[in-house]
Amino acid sequence: MELEKLRHGTELIKRGFAKMQKGGVIMDVTTPEQAQIAEEAGAVAVMALQAVPADIRKEGGVARMADPKIVSEIIDTVTIPVMAKARIGHFVEGEILQALGVDMVDESEVLTPADHKYHIDKTVFTVPFVCGARDLGEALRRINEGAAMIRTKGEAGTGDVSEAVRHMKQIMGEIRALNGMTKEEIIRVAREIEAPIELVIETAKMQRLPVVNFAAGGVATPADAALMMRLGADGVFVGSGIFKAEKPREMAIAIVEAVNNYDDAQVLADISKGIGSGMKGISIDTIPDEMVLRTRGW
Amino acid sequence: MRIGVIAIQGDVSEHVEALEAALSHRGKEAEIVTIKQKGIVPCCDALIIPGGESTTLGKLLVREGIADEIKQIKNAGRPIMGTCAGLILLAKEGDEQVKKTHQYLLGLMDTRVNRNAFGRQRDSFEVELDIDFLDSTYNAVFIRAPAIVQSGKDVRTLSRIDDMVVAAEQENVLALAFHPELTADTRVHDYFLAKLF
Repeated sequence: MELEKLRHGTELIKRGFAKMQKGGVIMDVTTPEQAQIAEEAGAVAVMALQAVPADIRKEGGVARMADPKIVSEIIDTVTIPVMAKARIGHFVEGEILQALGVDMVDESEVLTPADHKYHIDKTVFTVPFVCGARDLGEALRRINEGAAMIRTKGEAGTGDVSEAVRHMKQIMGEIRALNGMTKEEIIRVAREIEAPIELVIETAKMQRLPVVNFAAGGVATPADAALMMRLGADGVFVGSGIFKAEKPREMAIAIVEAVNNYDDAQVLADISKGIGSGMKGISIDTIPDEMVLRTRGW
Repeated sequence: MRIGVIAIQGDVSEHVEALEAALSHRGKEAEIVTIKQKGIVPCCDALIIPGGESTTLGKLLVREGIADEIKQIKNAGRPIMGTCAGLILLAKEGDEQVKKTHQYLLGLMDTRVNRNAFGRQRDSFEVELDIDFLDSTYNAVFIRAPAIVQSGKDVRTLSRIDDMVVAAEQENVLALAFHPELTADTRVHDYFLAKLF
């Protein structure tokens, strides 16, 4: 096969990669050992990080892309896809992660933004991107910039699922509201939510986001994961929730099984037994404004 | 007729939609069921194992007790199609990557597979592919795709890229390294349905 006949980094391939993650759990890991525990538990991918969001929150300071050495070690350890976070707008961190062989880049509000005006132009990358969103307008703006996957922002590192719930319900509600609208009404909505008209029309027609939509930010237990699936998530990111739990291995397996059995309360009850306590966490309403992560990005 | 799609993880709804399109194309009707728990596979006349992460799929197929049911479908001679992760799960043997993770394999085809034969996501590609049962090329989508690197005499090669087999068939089992469910071209699902009707 002649190499020039192979087309890389197309929209179909980038969005297709995200589709293969559906129904799965993507876990934050900071060491090769954690990555292996995640793979053994049945994670569909790992997010390689220097510190989980709960620790980023505690430590303060500027949070940046993880040390490439850690990312490479994790890539060498597991066979499942490896994702990593770049700062909002920091396209060079994105390029470095792509060069390392990362399978998906998360342009993430968990890290300190590098640009307060522009997100990364994700269309020029071969590697697919996932981005956070709180509402439909934000989700479609990211898709327009080339995001192949959307996740709720939630409030990372808290173990409090309430913001993820709010964002998922907001996005789903806005999509339902498009149903039955005339074209002129849809165009007016597009203007109001500051999203491209074609993407709003496509969303109205499909009655879902045009790309895969995961839940993230505060998921800490099997019940949390199942809740997000019931609200319409295609899958779940678990950040601090696994390795800040009392028994990470048990928690990881239980969350994977919960995502597969999210609509069966009996199975969920069995899964949730004897897995130790979830991460301690912090209630969102006690967080001072300057420590809130979800308001980063626009 | 009832066609089951294993729905533990991966691009399940895409397979359901591709099946619906292919059915209407053939002017046939069938019930399509998505399967997450045991007890449903035995009631299916045909089965699809979708793309996804093979390690996750393998573990949950065993945990949920579905794996043995799939083997019985094979023995009953009913058609099974596996795409991407499905091709890995159908194989008898895997490469070092597969062995390292203690990947569960159904072993329904006399094949040896390489898990990420074409590299990581940045190496994923689309290509116009010649497939044995089609009279013109097919736009095939390969995502962190596996390939069959060795196969027994009962395995028929349907398509290859260089020395790697990317589509093959053994009796009632069809395995594809690419994702026919991601494009609007239903000819591969058509071919699968022809085994049923």
